[in-house]
Parts: sequence; C-alpha cells; structure tokens
Amino acid sequence: MKLGMHRATQDESALLADLRLILGSPQILSDPLELLVYECDAYTLEKKIPSIVVLPNSPFEVAEIVRCCNKHQAPFIPRGAGTNLSGAILPIENAVVISLTRMNQVQQVDLENRRALVEAGCVNIWITNAVRSAGLLYAPDPSSQTACTIGGNVATNSGGPHTLKYGVTTNHVLGLEMVLPDGEIVWLGTTLEGGEETGGLDLRGAVIGSEGMFGIVTRVVVNLSQIPQSWRTLLGVFASVDDASQAVSDIIASGIVPAALEMMDQLITQAVEAAYHFGFPLDAGALLIVELDGLEEGLEQQAMEVERLCKANRATEVRRARTDKERADLWKCRKRAFGAIGRLSPNFLTQDGVVPRSKLPEIMRFIQHTSAEFGLRIPNVFHAGDGNIHPLILYDESNPDEVKRAVQAGNRILERCLELGGSVSGEHGIGVEKADFMEKQFSQPDLDAMRSLRRMFDPLHRCNPHKMFPNGKRCMDFAPRRQISV
Amino acid sequence: MNTDRPGGFLDNRKASACIHCGLCLASCPTYLETGNENLSPRGRIYLMRAMDKGAVPVTEASASAIDTCLGCRACEAACPSGVRYGELLEETREHINRSVPRGWMETLLTKVFIEGILPHPERMEIALTPARWIKAAAMDRFLPAGLREPLAFVDPHRPAQESLPPFSQTARDPSRGTVALVVGCVMDVMFRETHRSTIRLLQRAGFDVVVPEAQGCCGALFAHGGNMAEARRCAAHNLGSFNAPDLKAVVINAAGCGSTLKEYGQLLSNDPRWAPSAMAFSAKARDLSEMIEPECIDWLPPRFGRVTYQDACHLAHAQRITEAPRRLVRHVARGGYVEMSESDVCCGSAGSYNLTQPEMAGRLRRRKIGHILESRADIVVTSNPGCLLQMKAGLESAKNRATQVMHIADFLAAHLPA
Ligand SMILES: Cc1cc2nc3c(=O)[nH]c(=O)nc-3n(C[C@H](O)[C@H](O)[C@H](O)COP(=O)(O)OP(=O)(O)OC[C@H]3O[C@@H](n4cnc5c(N)ncnc54)[C@H](O)[C@@H]3O)c2cc1C
Ligand code: SF4
Ligand code: SF4
Repeated sequence: MKLGMHRATQDESALLADLRLILGSPQILSDPLELLVYECDAYTLEKKIPSIVVLPNSPFEVAEIVRCCNKHQAPFIPRGAGTNLSGAILPIENAVVISLTRMNQVQQVDLENRRALVEAGCVNIWITNAVRSAGLLYAPDPSSQTACTIGGNVATNSGGPHTLKYGVTTNHVLGLEMVLPDGEIVWLGTTLEGGEETGGLDLRGAVIGSEGMFGIVTRVVVNLSQIPQSWRTLLGVFASVDDASQAVSDIIASGIVPAALEMMDQLITQAVEAAYHFGFPLDAGALLIVELDGLEEGLEQQAMEVERLCKANRATEVRRARTDKERADLWKCRKRAFGAIGRLSPNFLTQDGVVPRSKLPEIMRFIQHTSAEFGLRIPNVFHAGDGNIHPLILYDESNPDEVKRAVQAGNRILERCLELGGSVSGEHGIGVEKADFMEKQFSQPDLDAMRSLRRMFDPLHRCNPHKMFPNGKRCMDFAPRRQISV
Repeated sequence: MNTDRPGGFLDNRKASACIHCGLCLASCPTYLETGNENLSPRGRIYLMRAMDKGAVPVTEASASAIDTCLGCRACEAACPSGVRYGELLEETREHINRSVPRGWMETLLTKVFIEGILPHPERMEIALTPARWIKAAAMDRFLPAGLREPLAFVDPHRPAQESLPPFSQTARDPSRGTVALVVGCVMDVMFRETHRSTIRLLQRAGFDVVVPEAQGCCGALFAHGGNMAEARRCAAHNLGSFNAPDLKAVVINAAGCGSTLKEYGQLLSNDPRWAPSAMAFSAKARDLSEMIEPECIDWLPPRFGRVTYQDACHLAHAQRITEAPRRLVRHVARGGYVEMSESDVCCGSAGSYNLTQPEMAGRLRRRKIGHILESRADIVVTSNPGCLLQMKAGLESAKNRATQVMHIADFLAAHLPA
C-alpha cells in the first residue's frame, strides 16, 4: 500500500490554513508521511491516520486550536506519550490530534505544602526526579512511568504497583487546568496557592479517568509524598499460581498493607530472566514480589510475618533484596516485564481485568485453559494485591487467524472477570478496545448517566469521539487501514 | 540483510522486536527537543519498517527523520524489548545511501570532510593548516558563525607533535600485562596530550602500554553514516594491526570508537575470514575507565572545585558504562562531585552530526549548556573528544569562561603524583 492516498479535503485545507495562523510550522504535521506514526498507540490492533497533528506550546494555543477545530467542525483528540493500551487515542473520523508533548515542564515546586505545578506533557518520573533531593516523590508509579505523561495519567486514572497502599492518580491530583471542548480555559479543584479542599461538586474527580473526552488537560497540581524511611522487599518463590494466590489473600487478611504485591507466572519470569538476567528461579510456577515500607520500627516484624505466610502456603524459598540496588533491579525487572515479551512474540494484546482477590486462583486457571483452547501463549504479570490481572496474549500481526484468536481469547477472559464479579479494566482504560464490554458491565441507566455527564462537558461529541461508550462508531465503520508498517 | 522481500533491507527479526510500547520516547534527545514522534525512536522504527516493506518510498523527505537521528542509542538502553536500534539504523542508512541522491553540498561534506579527511590523521593535519592561519591572523571574526564556531577549538599554533612512544613500561613489578592503545584518527591529531595522559594512567594502574604503529581509523565514522563496506575494511585492517595474542586488552579513550571496536564481532560476523578474530578482538576492547580501579592509585588531593560528569552516549548507551567513570571522577573529586540533570542526554555532537545537522546540534548544545550552568560546576568531565569539543564550543558561545571541559584521562592524570 502506498502512502499519499489521503489527500486533504477542502475542509481540511481551510482548517490547516487557520491553524497556520495560530502555530509555527514545526508545530503542525500534515504530510501523510509524518502522520503515519500517529495512527496508533501501544495498542496496535486498530489503526487510523489522523488528518493533522498539532503540537501546542501553551494553554492559550490549545484553546485557540480547539476553537479553530470547532469553527471547522473537526473532532480533536488529546494525546500524551501514546503509551496507552486500549486505543484511546485512535483518530476516528480524521480527527486532529493535539499532542501535549511540548508542554512538558515541572513549572513550580512548593516544598512547604508538598505540591508541584506541572504541565500536562510532563513525564511522570520527571516529577519525582525534580523533588527527590528534597526527600519527596510523586506516588503513582505506572510501569510506563519513564515515558507516559501526567495528562495521560489523569485521563486514564493510572495506577501502578504501589497503588495498593498509596492509591491511584485521583488520590494525588489536587487540581487541574483544562481547555473545555468549546475552547474555554477553566481550573478545576485546588490551585497551587489554594486550600486543601474546594467546595461544590468535585469536577476534578469527574475529569480524572474520562479518557480525554471532557477536554484537554493543560496543567496539573499534584500532591507530593515523602519517600518512605525504610523498606523490605521480598521475593516469594512458589510451585504454583494457586499457592501464591492463597498467600496474597492471607497477607491481606492478616491486616498488613504492603506497598506493593505483584505476581509473575512462569512464562513471564522466563522471558524477564532472558532479558535482564536478574537470577529468578526458572522452574518456579509463580513469583510474588512483596514490598513493605514506612517507618523502620515494626517493619522487620511485618516482613517476618509475610515470610511465614508465604512458607505456610508452600513457598519453596523467600528471598530478600539486601541493597538499594538489588531492590531497584527487582523493580526494573517487574516494570519492564511487558517489554520483555517482545523477545517472545512480535505482538501482544494485554488485558486489564479485575477480579475479587479471592477469585485469583480461579481466573488464573481459566486463563491457562483459554491459552490451551486458542493455541496462544499467555504469560501473566500483575497487581495481585488489587486482583488486577494483566494476561499478555501473544500473537503475530502478520497471521490474520492468530489476530482473530487473540481478540477472542481476550474477550473470553474479560467475560469471565465479569462473571466472577469483577470489571473489565483496572487501569488501562476502555478506549475503543473494550467499549463493547461497557454494556455487559454496566446497566443501561448507569451508562445513560455517564453519557449525560459527558454531554455536559462536550455536547457536540467533538473531544475524543467514539471512545468508551458502546454503539459508538468503531473504526471498522471507516474502513481502517491495516498497520502500514508491520 | 533480508532478501526474501523486495526492497527488504532490515533484518526482520530485529525490526519486529519493537512492540510499539513507547517506553523509549523520553530518552530521545530529538524528541525531547521537538515533542514530535517522527523524531523519536518509535517513530523512526515505524518509518524504517514502512520503508523496508515498500509502503513508504525512500526519498530525501522520508529520509529526513532518519537523518536527524543522532545515533546516540539512548533508546536502546531504555528499550525493555531489547531492540537493537543502532543496527537497524546502520542498515537503514546504508539503504538510503544507495537509494537517494544527495545534494552536492552534502556529498562534499560526507565524502570529502567526514569520510575523506577526518579518518586520516595526516590529511587532517593538512586540512587544519588554513584554519590555523586564519586563527593566528585573528581573521576568524570575519567568517560566518557556522564556520567560526568549529574553529573555536583549533589551536593557532601547531602543537608540538612529538609522537607517542611505541612502548611504555609500568613501574609496577610485576606488570599486570601489556595493553595496546588505540589512538584513533581525529583523536590522534587534536588530543595527543590526552593520549599521553592515558598512557600515564595505564602505567600507574600497572600495565605496560604499546601503541601499534600500523593501526588506522576504527571505522565508526563510516558505520554511523551507513557506509558499511568501508567500516568493514577499517575493521579488518585493525585486526591485523592488533594481532598480538598476549595482549591483555585493547584500550581506547574515545567512547565513539570504543563502541565500534566492541562491535567488530557483529560487523564482520558474515565474513568467515575475519569473524573469529573480530570476535576475539571485540572481547578484548576496553574503555579506559574499565581498566583503572580508583583505589589502586594514590591520587593527589582534588585540584578543582565543583566537578560534574557528562555521559558520552557511546559509552553510556552503546556500552552501558555509566558507573565506572563516575566512580573514578567521584573518587578523585571527593566532596566536589555533583550530578547535573540530563547528564545522560546527548550534547548534540554525535560524531559528525554537528556538521550534517547543525540546527538540531545547536539546540541540543544549548540545552546541555543550560544544564551545565545550572549545576554550577567548574569542570565538566567527559569520555569522548566530540562531546568535549561540542561543550567547549557551547560554553564559548554562551560567553562562559569560568567552566572548563576536560577529557577524563586529562582530569585524572592531573591528579597523578609526579
Ligand atoms: C509497557 C507499558 C506498561 C504500562 N503500565 C501501566 C501501569 O502500570 N498502570 C497504568 O495505569 N497504565 C499502564 N500503562 C498504560 C499507559 O501507560 C497509561 O495509560 C498512561 O497513563 C498513558 O499516558 P500517555 O501519556 O501515554 O497517554 P496517551 O496514551 O497519549 O493517552 C491516553 C489517554 O489519555 C488522553 N490524554 C492524554 N493526554 C491528555 C491531556 N493532556 N488531556 C486530556 N486527555 C489526555 C488520551 O486522549 C487518551 O485517551 C502501560 C503501558 C505500557 C506500554
Ligand atoms: S524501541 Fe523498544 S521501547 Fe521503543 S517502542 Fe519499540 S519496543 Fe518500545
Ligand atoms: S539513537 Fe538517539 S536520537 Fe536516534 S532515535 Fe535513538 S535516542 Fe533518538
């Protein structure tokens, strides 16, 4: 397939001309060649080339771009680093992509009140880098934190391994500046100088997790936390996922709140070991990473209790990270686990279902069963403490039958999560990928309520259209192009 | 190379290792500067694959995203999927060179200056002569800025080019073995003092040092530009020159050349005549910082105030060596050591990049100088001549005379007891 099929329509040319009045030329991409990489995010199953990509430098430019899109009735989509895993930035309907990546500064740090004002395109880890020397950090730590943006985190309400104890994005965002879909700039929640609480409806909370449908976040006031005084990081080695899952339940039941409680099955452990040579046991059925942190006092006691509970569930071995470096290496392995499977397979589809913790053994058995049934390998690495699973379904994009089977296997697993009383997404969002599941998870009145909230923010459905809600146009209706570069 | 598809020039297995996760984005200097994903590793790999499949024509326009790549390989270190970006880049550049006719100015720059003069010490001497005259006559202020800046580092008075001793013995008894020093091409002309420092350091550390005379350019300048045939020729020549089985190590003090030396095995893997000795050679190649344990030398007390370290890309990302040079500098500078932010981000020098892509090179240089000034360091230490010149020129044009840039060998040698 040759590029250059998409010729700018008259409407697009007029839009482009108006955008040129607002932005400098390096801030506008409209050559088909330059639009190519914007056809998808880290979810590569569906693709669509946008009509234009713009790279604004300030909230004012964002507002002008939005007004300009409205004038030309063009839909628009906010985009951060594009690490999202559910196609939430798929540019259906030749949308204009508004990329926030140039607005990426930590603008102000208020050490006294432990807050920072950051631009939406600021990379998650940069916040911690900027305040680490003051003994502070930004707590939500998605595994993609070295690349993903705070705007994307807000839009998907991201979590991470340490969410179990410290909560998700919404627990650490005090307020935000946003360009509404009509071009108005508003501030929701606390400002950098403002008090801890604001009165009235928590619209800030409504925006967090709205997947870019309520407007374009331009700046965020985040809460900073103290780096824990002390830590213990344990690695439990189990013969089976069943045993490890039981240990998870027992640890939580004992009243201990670990900072993180993560599981890796045998297949992913082997891939991670091949990639990073940490020294994981390759014959273990499952590994459990348990991190305890806080004041030094009492920590050792908790660690010993965790060790006892693991052993009570037939752990063959419980190791401990002895140095900061060992701990950092262990987390690096965990956080880069997704990537390690690039060594096993050219493509993967990750699911993000949630089940009640007590159902972990059951869903894991189901996944194994599904893997055999569809003839696809499915390694697992996930937030066991939250019951948030991440089966990684391996497939090869160049084999259409495998693609179909991968999608079916994924759907089957999500259906099972719902049957077990869980949900279809813990942290990666709905996007286009799981829109059809919304009807299965939510009742019609619930969905109607969500839709009407969305209409309040965006009556014309211009901002990131056709995401999250079922019956929206899927890109199938628009004859999507297959990935142009396989 | 893949031959089962028309136009296919990428090794398919290497190319498909990219799972499009985006975790490399924030490590890429050109993406940090522009926010444009076309100028990111993920974007470039996407484009390479599209070119490889024939979905995108290979033209000057489509090649420009590849042209602006620094080849700094920060993306490789960041990638969880083990994508060998450096190799993909070389394969793509080689293909582009075959397919796209370049303008005369660019051809002149590449063929005459980068490939014709830089790798040949004797020609470089001659090429520098007019530059020295201009400087000596203080005529450089009449030149356009683009030409004036590179001249900033030319010493008007031809330095005394006393040649390096072919053999230097260590005072330590018994010696820890004999190592060979790679003098490089650009390095040898402009940094002979740095070589002397290197030899002194190696002697102190207990090694006898030989400087094989027949050695030539390591081939890095060619490989980075996609001229693989010439790179292989250079490699084969050097295999002959360093062919002494009892050499303990082949030591280099320029990171850019070091990574190429360590990749001779890969470079010649398809040539049965050279593959085995290339593997053996690469296994012996060492950066200077890998040879010296800070504790084994009695250093003089710190001579400078605040000292910081700038990673050379081809040391930090291509060779993944970040700790060894820091340990040395920290040990010698004691309490004066400070980290600067983005010390692992390319300064824009990147071999011949500042000649071929002056605009982006300038932006990255300004970014780097900003961080240097923010760190309030008196001395910036680094491990590669190109980085050193780039930062010197940057400080110069920022009118900063207080901050010095030093090669790690010179910095360390300044703390050796006489
Ligand atoms: C290897 C890997 C590991 C991951 N691990 C985790 C994990 O542990 N936890 C987790 O929660 N997620 C994880 N993710 C998913 C992803 O990184 C997160 O969803 C992240 O928050 C996305 O940020 P981004 O900047 O890449 O946003 P994008 O992918 O660019 O966009 C995501 C969504 O946010 C919207 N958006 C982006 N910027 C703005 C803005 N300024 N204003 C309004 N809307 C905006 C977009 O429209 C889209 O709907 C992982 C992804 C990968 C590839
Ligand atoms: S190069 Fe590596 S880090 Fe970058 S997108 Fe590809 S797989 Fe991910
Ligand atoms: S080599 Fe450097 S400039 Fe090129 S894509 Fe990788 S990180 Fe970016």
